[in-house]
Amino acid sequence: LGGHFSGFGLGGIPSQKFEHLMKVSPLVILFALVVLGFTLALRLAPRLAERPQPGQSSKVMGVMVGEGRKVFANQFFSMADIYFHSGYYPSVFDQGAETQKEIIAASHGKKETEEDEKKEDFLGKTRDWVDAFGRHFKITQHTHLEGNKEREILPWIRLSADANPHKIETYTVGAFFLWEHLGQPDQAEQFLREGLRNNPNSYEILFALGRIYRDAYHDVIRARNVFELGITKFRALPAAVQKEERIAYEELVVNLAFLEEQTGHYDEALKWFELACTLAPFPDQMRKEMELIREKQAAARKAP
Amino acid sequence: MNKTFALAGVVIKELYRRKDFYVLFVLSALLTLVSGAASFFHDRNIVGYIKDISMMLIWISALIIAVTTTARQIPAEREARTIFPLLAKPVSRWQLIVGKFLGCWLATGLALLVFYVFFAVLIGAREHQWPLALYFEAAWMHWFMLAIVIAMVLWGSIHFAAPSSTTTICVAVVVGILVLGGHLRQLALVQPEPMQTVLTVGYFLMPHLEWYNLQDFVVFGSGSVGVGPVLLATLYAAVWVAIFLVLAWVGFRRKNLNT
Repeated sequence: LGGHFSGFGLGGIPSQKFEHLMKVSPLVILFALVVLGFTLALRLAPRLAERPQPGQSSKVMGVMVGEGRKVFANQFFSMADIYFHSGYYPSVFDQGAETQKEIIAASHGKKETEEDEKKEDFLGKTRDWVDAFGRHFKITQHTHLEGNKEREILPWIRLSADANPHKIETYTVGAFFLWEHLGQPDQAEQFLREGLRNNPNSYEILFALGRIYRDAYHDVIRARNVFELGITKFRALPAAVQKEERIAYEELVVNLAFLEEQTGHYDEALKWFELACTLAPFPDQMRKEMELIREKQAAARKAP
Repeated sequence: MNKTFALAGVVIKELYRRKDFYVLFVLSALLTLVSGAASFFHDRNIVGYIKDISMMLIWISALIIAVTTTARQIPAEREARTIFPLLAKPVSRWQLIVGKFLGCWLATGLALLVFYVFFAVLIGAREHQWPLALYFEAAWMHWFMLAIVIAMVLWGSIHFAAPSSTTTICVAVVVGILVLGGHLRQLALVQPEPMQTVLTVGYFLMPHLEWYNLQDFVVFGSGSVGVGPVLLATLYAAVWVAIFLVLAWVGFRRKNLNT
């Protein structure tokens, strides 16, 4: 049997044929490969044209990793928080790994208290000599980036937004650092506008945008319009979500009330402060503001 | 001693004759440069992520170079049967082990030097800062971590059947220690017995390679570690190298080279 098949290769093809193939000139093989490549290019070009274009990075990421991109987005967002802490950050094995990210807290204007600092001391006391000696080679001081070094978090914010364009806090946090820490309101506005295109019903993004118009550009008319649009979007939410997001609503209403007061629209301001009284956990401050506005109104009426 | 250095010299020559290092260096450099070309919010002063990516690539490349170079040393000598004339020189088995270790370690050190110089130049050009003492400290610790890895791989290559299995097992062990090493005690505490005891014993008995990773200090520019802890870590590495080399020598001494 062996002798019978000795002259044949796979599938009964005579082995001699392969020798003939080996004798083909390399130039011919190269030419054949070029032709094959060109044919493939022609075949694939129309399909590629249907794919996302450069610049639509979020879509590219979506095509590449599908729904898994949300996991990447969260990881990139965590990287931004790690950079904000210059590497002092709990791992999945440490306590406090699941606490709220400080870049979010900072973007809401929250200042860190001594108690917060203690909570974030996730390392605790040394457990043994290995842990004690190992701490020489870890960053063990809780610091935040400052002096324009905050820019180091931006690549991770950008990647997070590309990976999941529907993660609202990426836009609000990114815009906060771009404007308040790095003094780039134009970049912050562009980033928020991008976020708004991807999330047209986001009252959080509208709130952040309104603050930029009010505080960076001093454009109170646009700020008012944006705040009002934010309130409209919030009111369109289901009741359960409204209940959960009450603080965000309060922020919008209070900011709008102060804006109206600032621009001399006292009636409007009083209307918003009245609403704020029903939302705020401690409405006394709001009531004081209302009294002040009423005094201003009275003074304005008395004036000739 | 001359015989040991002669053996080491052969290993170093082998590294620069092979393409592994060049491929890894070019790939790392290319990826770093591409990542550096990216622009985020039109801000050209962002440098942290480039450091991060570059350091990660350096660590991966150095680990691959160290493990693959070491894993094939003794099996290749046995397979080509060049080990017999080598041992007939006469070179003792201990000298062979030490020579191979020294060669792999120095060769990896040369590769590491090229990587860190590239890193320092690239980051310095972008950041206009030159924290050379910190870079030296990071490279030194990295090199000594690789010394432990090389000695461990050499020991593994005596016992495992092929360089591929030695490489796979050793890379898995090293990555496992780097990721979990510092947290093994915490993990142990939430495990039922006997796993708790096994993990706790493992935690105290394993070489703590994670100490040698100063990437965070380099990336975040958070000062340096200090000479005292670095020297102690160097001593710790030397002890582990000695342990693995003795284990390798004991295994190699009993090894039948004809099979």
